[in-house]
Amino acid sequence: MRHCYFDHNATTPLSPEALETLSVCLAEVYGNASSIHHFGQAAKQRLEQARRQVAALLHARPPEIVFVSGGTEADNLALLGVARPCAGKHVITTTIEHPAVLQACAQIEQEGGRVTYVPVGASGVVDPAAVADALRPETVLISVMHVNNELGTAQPIEQIGRLARQAGVLLHADGVQAAGKLETDVERLGVDLYSVSAHKLNGPKGVGALYVRKGTPLRRQMHGGRHERERRAGTENVPGAAALGRVCEWFQQHGAEEAARVAALRDRLEQGILRRVPAVTVNGDRARRTPNTTNLCFAGIEGEAMVIALDLRGFAVSSGAACSSGSVEPSHVLTAIGLRREQARSSLRFSLGRGNTVEQVDALIEAVAEAAAHLRRLSVEAPTHA
Amino acid sequence: MPDRPIAVAMSGGVDSSTVAALLVRQGQRVVGLTMQLWNQRRLPQLQTGESSGRCCSLDDVYDARWVAGQLGIPYYVVNFEADFEEQVVRPFVSEYLSGRTPIPCTLCNNFIKFDRFLEMADSVGAEKVATGHYARIRFDQVSGRYQLLRGVDTAKDQTYFLWGLTQPQLARTLFPLGELKKSEVRRLAAELGIPIADKPDSQEICFVPNGDYAAFLDAYLAEQGVARDAATGEIVDRSGAVLGTHQGVHHFTVGQRRGLGIARGEPLYVIATEPARQRVVVGRGEELLRPSLVAGQVNWASWPPLTRPERAQVQIRNKHVAAWATLHPTEDPTRVQVAFDEPQRAVTPGQAAVFYVGDLVAGGGWIEA
Repeated sequence: MRHCYFDHNATTPLSPEALETLSVCLAEVYGNASSIHHFGQAAKQRLEQARRQVAALLHARPPEIVFVSGGTEADNLALLGVARPCAGKHVITTTIEHPAVLQACAQIEQEGGRVTYVPVGASGVVDPAAVADALRPETVLISVMHVNNELGTAQPIEQIGRLARQAGVLLHADGVQAAGKLETDVERLGVDLYSVSAHKLNGPKGVGALYVRKGTPLRRQMHGGRHERERRAGTENVPGAAALGRVCEWFQQHGAEEAARVAALRDRLEQGILRRVPAVTVNGDRARRTPNTTNLCFAGIEGEAMVIALDLRGFAVSSGAACSSGSVEPSHVLTAIGLRREQARSSLRFSLGRGNTVEQVDALIEAVAEAAAHLRRLSVEAPTHA
Repeated sequence: MPDRPIAVAMSGGVDSSTVAALLVRQGQRVVGLTMQLWNQRRLPQLQTGESSGRCCSLDDVYDARWVAGQLGIPYYVVNFEADFEEQVVRPFVSEYLSGRTPIPCTLCNNFIKFDRFLEMADSVGAEKVATGHYARIRFDQVSGRYQLLRGVDTAKDQTYFLWGLTQPQLARTLFPLGELKKSEVRRLAAELGIPIADKPDSQEICFVPNGDYAAFLDAYLAEQGVARDAATGEIVDRSGAVLGTHQGVHHFTVGQRRGLGIARGEPLYVIATEPARQRVVVGRGEELLRPSLVAGQVNWASWPPLTRPERAQVQIRNKHVAAWATLHPTEDPTRVQVAFDEPQRAVTPGQAAVFYVGDLVAGGGWIEA
């Protein structure tokens, strides 16, 4: 059976460019970028080229880019690096953030800091006024994701950036789901910190970057050597960073065109499903979304059963956020935007990317219609189940 | 749908892994499903660091996934934790608090493994489900009914927990291990290259660590924020004379001899618990003997419903040797009066009375107070 991938917000396939860069660097650029000799210099050159490429995508300056191990580390470094020592400090975030941000916030609270979690309405878009209302004299940081991973909704970072600047508060945006998909200009957005992950951009797992605006006070969270301008210790992952740089360059060159192509596919998928399957609703604001994501609620259908039914038909999608094994606690994002538990459990996320085609989308619509009809027929046949 | 798959309930143990491997070898399309029933990280006060032999641990899921990978079959973990708590754990707790000694495995079979799991099988397009139970199912042309029989390996036979299966459930279920002995299953597992062929059998009730019901009850009630009344009470004999005190009736079950803390010339046994009065009644061994019992919520797995008295061998505990009795219908068709030929020891409310004729499981019910 042919398997088609519609779960690009979980991770993406490695692009040919990234694979080439990775394998060349792994094979040839093995020096330690801190070494003085020829081999070290070659690694350093490659690392700095990557830094320029990442900076270019974000409209930042190369020294403002810190390479880290991925989105989670970038978020942890941003939040803990600003808030520590936490006693007496206040941080504002939202209820729909990624666990990397929410758990870092929990740690800040553990260490004596205070955190306000601004609620988000049914649109899945935070209201900047609510963020402004949460400001206190002791607020040091606002952290709001640029694009939500489950809904794809884009947050009003520019407006929040303006109010943060007025209040003299730093702004971090988790840009893991936004970079490459939306125009990402750290100046226009007004962010001081911005997280990026390679594997959401057809790069490898295990590498990411944090943009740190020049002059931003940030304590390092990984202790050791003086790498990354003393902001992140550890021998640099040159192949990973190079691959991240390479995919950033690809998105800088082709991102707009690819976003338009993927948006057309996403709209075709969404409209096709809405036309073919009764009682389906779109979660979150349809107008303010990243181009690749749609989150749909199939009334009366268990999302878990639907994911399995689609997988057996050769289509990979997800319900809620990806988990190792265990809980089907309904997604905190979907309940945060006001869905009831059963609605949240009936929701599926379709996230598209570079490999998807019109033919795949049309086949997926067919499979969704079939699976939904099958599952709904079962629940009609067995109405007496307690 | 041609060539419909068989859904195999995979626990990560040797038995269900062997079932999956056998069916794959027969050329069947197989989908492996692991039911996540209980979060073993709940109730941290019960954690002992020793998690082997308990279901639903991450290790078991890891093993099941590994086996599925070796077999090259699609595999999913499905989460039934909410149903399990509702249908199995809560009734277990409330039964215990009512002074009965419940069997959660039967509830789990009735409401989870052969109900929710069948629904999940439907949703993956499977007609049949297969499990690693030691029991047999056959279709009887004469009566037109499916029949449930003891597994060939009588030491591993699990029909004492399966009497609640209904005809529609039996019609869709395969027990491929019912014709095999455990030693054969282990050999087969090794031959099929199942990497966990040496894994020890699971023991006891899956969600109760080390078989310590009382500790589980205390931890669960504490987690639920249920304040317990002072549970201490008196230990009395049949005449009501006080012989000692106890720390809660849920620590005791009918037939229990140890842990009474009373020194007497002759051995004493629990003959009844009275939760309403927080009393534990003890007596001599022969006071445990009962000539009859009433079974309620009866299910006729293989037989049609009883219309006249019938002879059967009745088993009243997992390890009990089924004893000859006459089954008498009562006015209530869901209740059966069981009159033993010889009085039986420790007839325990909350346990099951399962009616056998040889290997055939005619039916069964819950022993009433």
